[in-house]
Amino acid sequence: MRHLSKTGITSLIVGYAFLYLPIVTVIIFSFNESRLVTVWSRFSTKWYGALWTNEGLLDTVLASFKIASMTATAAVILGTLAAVVMVRFIKFRGRTLFSGLISAPLVMPDVITGLAVLMMFVTFEQLIGWPAHRGILTITIAHITLAMAYVYLVVQARLQDFDRSIEEAALDLGARPLKVFLVIVLPLILPSLAAGWLLAFALSLDDVVIASFLSGPGATTLPMLIFSSIRMGVSPVINALSTIIVGIVATSVMIAGILIHHQQKRH
Amino acid sequence: MTTPQNILTPRKGFWSRLTRERGFVIAGPYLWLGLFSLIPFLLVVKISLSQSVMAIPPFHPLFQWSAEQILQIRLNFAAYTTLLTDPFYASAFVGSLKIALVSTFSCLIIGYPMAYSIVQASPRWRPLLLLLIILPFFTSFLVRVYAWIGLLSTEGVINTFLLYVGIIQEPLPLLYNSFAVTIGIVYCYLPFMILPIYSVLDKIDPAYLEAAYDLGCRPWRSFWRITVPLSLRAIIAGSILVFVPAVGEFVIPELLGAPETLMIGRVLWSEFFNNQNWPLACALALVTLVVFVIPFMIFQRFQLRNKEE
Repeated sequence: MRHLSKTGITSLIVGYAFLYLPIVTVIIFSFNESRLVTVWSRFSTKWYGALWTNEGLLDTVLASFKIASMTATAAVILGTLAAVVMVRFIKFRGRTLFSGLISAPLVMPDVITGLAVLMMFVTFEQLIGWPAHRGILTITIAHITLAMAYVYLVVQARLQDFDRSIEEAALDLGARPLKVFLVIVLPLILPSLAAGWLLAFALSLDDVVIASFLSGPGATTLPMLIFSSIRMGVSPVINALSTIIVGIVATSVMIAGILIHHQQKRH
Repeated sequence: MTTPQNILTPRKGFWSRLTRERGFVIAGPYLWLGLFSLIPFLLVVKISLSQSVMAIPPFHPLFQWSAEQILQIRLNFAAYTTLLTDPFYASAFVGSLKIALVSTFSCLIIGYPMAYSIVQASPRWRPLLLLLIILPFFTSFLVRVYAWIGLLSTEGVINTFLLYVGIIQEPLPLLYNSFAVTIGIVYCYLPFMILPIYSVLDKIDPAYLEAAYDLGCRPWRSFWRITVPLSLRAIIAGSILVFVPAVGEFVIPELLGAPETLMIGRVLWSEFFNNQNWPLACALALVTLVVFVIPFMIFQRFQLRNKEE
């Protein structure tokens, strides 16, 4: 018999309050008329209007979305291949190294990842002249490496509890391996690919440290912009911007959550 | 005569029959990881042993062909001796360690009861309660850190409230110190503690506890003697997931800490961007990896292997 005790309910209320109070405060004060960030005067949407007229902001948002969508797409392809390799090919040369490399970004501090990838680009530039400058491309490459690890986790979990006999049956009936993958495996893991895509997208849109190491003059991402404006002081415009970001990210995570949930229910 | 076993012997999986495509499938991700994950770290090792100079890039090459066709290798350990001898770096390590330990412990104190209560909740509510744990984790890291500035500052929500109620007469200095950094880290990494603990607690067979109750064991005692030991693995996993990124954290101490709040991530950042000392930044990254990251990764893998067996 399971039921919640009073201490259980208290710990949940305190815990969720701790998790949501800061975010709710930001959202509330984004509708505050006053220039002072924490003194409420009256309801207003003028800070959202201020966002529209902010020039450089739109370019930054565009660059960030470009990086995030390229990251997500490439990370889903590479992460899925990696998951197939780890789950289905039990033995191959360098398996231990491979599994270490794929999961390393999950625990590596961002400053170290950013520094290391930058050192590589600097060395490449010296040796072969590529990349000529740092910007969207270099940030995207680093983000793909990071996001790949997360896509790998999601897809690998799905492939692991997946009945292999369907694949075997199709193969016995004469289907070619590639066709089996495209017609049978892919549709079955599609929801986790979608979830992985959204996860990678959110990760890329959230990173400030790696992007700072790998961006050059003229390439600024949205988190970099927010980070530097927070350092200069708190402003109600950031509240409005944060609220929009919370809205977008929360929606995509909920969609991802629903996709994963549906899949678990079906199987 | 063929025995039934021979007929029923499981066929080789079709993935392993895919000999040609197999190599191709492995090559893609392997090449990518080798190029953009393994090589960067080898280069960090190399550059940490170079000499720092005023140039672009700001370090002296490690390998050089001299005129007489001799390969010169100049290993420079200056970065490492600086790390060892300058107390500044030692205090950065100690500072990071302290904040990371306190944060990890606080996450455990807040996270364990929450994970435990979610498991106790009715199955209908559990998915929603879990989603509510994960949701803030994805609502932008910067926004979550930024939110605490609004709460903790001198004119912030908490101080305004406490002054209004009359509990305090002077605003409390809550922001720009290691207390604020700890709160920020606990807040941002709490889901990393809750989720592994939840998944293990969820799998504990309630029959163990019922048996204990039947034998006259009190709820608290059975919690300490049965539930906690069975979830020890998850406690360790969650602690590693919080502790390791907390040690190298840069954004949180930068935004919530005092200028003198020393943490490794921040020191590395300023060695790189402000002092342009790339070898020292690389050496700092390596020492951090060797001391704080690699031991835990090995431990984690070791645990996973034990679980599989």
